[in-house]
Amino acid sequence: MSLLVDKHRPKDLTQLTYHYDLTKRLEALAQSPDFPHLLIYGPSGAGKKTRINCTLRALYGPSVSKIRIDSRQFVTSSNRKLDFTIASSNQHLEITPADVGPHDRVIVQDLLKEVAQTQSVDLSARHRFKVVVVNEAEYLSREAQAALRRTMEKYSGNVRMILVANSTANIIAPIRSRCLLVRVAAPTGEDVVGVLKEVGRKEGWKESGGLNERIAGECGRNLRRALLMFEAVYAQNETVTDTTPIPPPDWEAFIEQIAADIVAERSPQQIMVVRGKLYDLLVHCIPATQVIKSLAFRLIPKVAPELRPEVIKWAAFYEHRVKMGSKQIFHLEAFVTKVMRLIESHMMGIDIDF
Amino acid sequence: MANFFDLKARKAAASAGASSKGTQKADRSSLQPWVEKYRPKSLSEVTAQDHTISVLQRTMQASNLPHMLFYGPPGTGKTSTILALAKQLYGPELFRSRVLELNASDERGIAIVREKVKDFARQQLSNPPSGPAGVEYRKRYPCPPFKIIVLDEADSMTQDAQSALRRTMETYSKITRFCLVCNYVTRIIDPLASRCSKFRFKSLDHKNASQRLKDIAGTEGIRVGDGAVDALVKCSEGDLRRAITYLQSAARLVVPTKQAAKGEDEMDIDDAEGSQLVTVTIVEEIAGIIPGQTIESLLNAMRPMPKKQAYDSIATVVQDLISDGWSASQLLNQMYEKVLFDERIADIQKQTIAIVFSETDKRLVDGADEHLEVLDLALKVSECMA
Repeated sequence: MSLLVDKHRPKDLTQLTYHYDLTKRLEALAQSPDFPHLLIYGPSGAGKKTRINCTLRALYGPSVSKIRIDSRQFVTSSNRKLDFTIASSNQHLEITPADVGPHDRVIVQDLLKEVAQTQSVDLSARHRFKVVVVNEAEYLSREAQAALRRTMEKYSGNVRMILVANSTANIIAPIRSRCLLVRVAAPTGEDVVGVLKEVGRKEGWKESGGLNERIAGECGRNLRRALLMFEAVYAQNETVTDTTPIPPPDWEAFIEQIAADIVAERSPQQIMVVRGKLYDLLVHCIPATQVIKSLAFRLIPKVAPELRPEVIKWAAFYEHRVKMGSKQIFHLEAFVTKVMRLIESHMMGIDIDF
Repeated sequence: MANFFDLKARKAAASAGASSKGTQKADRSSLQPWVEKYRPKSLSEVTAQDHTISVLQRTMQASNLPHMLFYGPPGTGKTSTILALAKQLYGPELFRSRVLELNASDERGIAIVREKVKDFARQQLSNPPSGPAGVEYRKRYPCPPFKIIVLDEADSMTQDAQSALRRTMETYSKITRFCLVCNYVTRIIDPLASRCSKFRFKSLDHKNASQRLKDIAGTEGIRVGDGAVDALVKCSEGDLRRAITYLQSAARLVVPTKQAAKGEDEMDIDDAEGSQLVTVTIVEEIAGIIPGQTIESLLNAMRPMPKKQAYDSIATVVQDLISDGWSASQLLNQMYEKVLFDERIADIQKQTIAIVFSETDKRLVDGADEHLEVLDLALKVSECMA
């Protein structure tokens, strides 16, 4: 049994709900003989990958869904061996070069060139070119992007790229100007409700309008999350009503606890308590960025309105530090301490002056 | 490497209008990026660089060239100018053997400068075609007795590679001319710069750029709506290449719908009458420009108000912005423009605001989380305005 997210993922452009204009455009692109390089961006859970898969299907037919996974080895110029997994079908392949970190240039150069230089032998194929889907394109290093630049121009006859990114900020301008930019916005609350309703109907679950609305509100316009929450609610409860509580993901509940701890008591002992919990989160592979962000947003309703901009300010500050520095826990703790001090000095009525 | 050079030359030859390859060319040109397709074919076609062009035309008549250093912002026609010049000098037959073009995507370390560039510089000159055809050819193209090496994007060459060029440039100056093309003249080491005569390419002004875009749209049969050309020019900030790419992307969105509707599956982009208009909205969507009213709503939320509501109103707008997938750096740029020209904000406040912007920009480049950064920026600016 698969998750709802996968089970009811649209397979065809026609099945896509919401963003109808975008669907129409993708359809037009798939029909036209001249399929451009695409750069698809948008927040996570907005449906970027779903749309790409549907577009690929429109391009090549159902055979693109037959995916096999290969592991390949690449050798860097310094003779380091890199293992790299590639998911591919006969017509396309999907890679995540960011997996190999700073060595992504080798992958981009070797693999893409190899694909790009071989022409498709299947004469009956609808398109002469292969499509390469590059996931997490925003994490590509500068060098890899520069290498991509040339490949994209030179072999545009044999290969088309679809870059998927959460934001375009880190993608260099030359790449951006070679791609057709496609923005996939997150679904609105109504869109989410619509999808939940549809999925519930397909599953034969008893509908509860109020619950759907609440999930749509809770999920932060992230459809994937909404569906997971939806499934969790129905899995845990026999009968579902409008007021059934929505269980938050474990780690979020945990962060909520940390936030409560911070507000409740501000002392060195408490910092130690919080520290243990933060370590717990990090050990369970919750990214530090996510921790700081959730923590900040959970602290906001708990602190005085005058302090809110300050909390955000320091959250942003330490989040940046996390990215720049090497040890995450330092910056997480620094943030916690800062917030404690803010709250304390606010309560004592001392001006914040540091 | 050799392949790469061939391909470039072939492309160049094809666009120079070699009639023998007519069929092949037609097949290709519809798939070619318009930037390549509409690259100026002669010096006189280069727009808006009157001073440089007139100087080059004069030197061309004298059949002698200095080493050259072209610099200026991207998309102003630097590469186009040197390619057009080379084409006019040598014609299609000699172009391949007389011009070497290397750009940043080619490996250009010191080894390449030592071997490839030096080898090419050292090569004997190829001869123009002989016989009566040759005389004719020479009448049309001056074919001066030197080769040209174009080092595109020279500012990304390493210092070492640049200094390796110094002596090479002088030693073979009898039979070879160098043309360095770069964006930032300061990145070129002094000894190289002093060996070249410099040509500055200025950013394209509005009139010229829009004229060119209109021409292209006309030739491609794209119907452009009111203000769309202006929007293109504005979005691309004087970079004609970017503007043309945007135009082509817009055309792709507009034209295929009509083809799909008619059920044609042949590529007939040139004939697109009655297709949809390219509108300002389409252009802005492609360029990733955030609609004015979205920015406006954020700015309104940032206006001073009682402390209690300030956070909530800003947070909701920012949340929506991020969920809609707008890029933070773009948001930063557009907000900066707005804030800078906002009369309601005092100069002294603008000063502090500028510092906030600079800090946020740096953090975004470092890869910090967009949501937090944008929220932080908005809150800080709103505090500054209070």
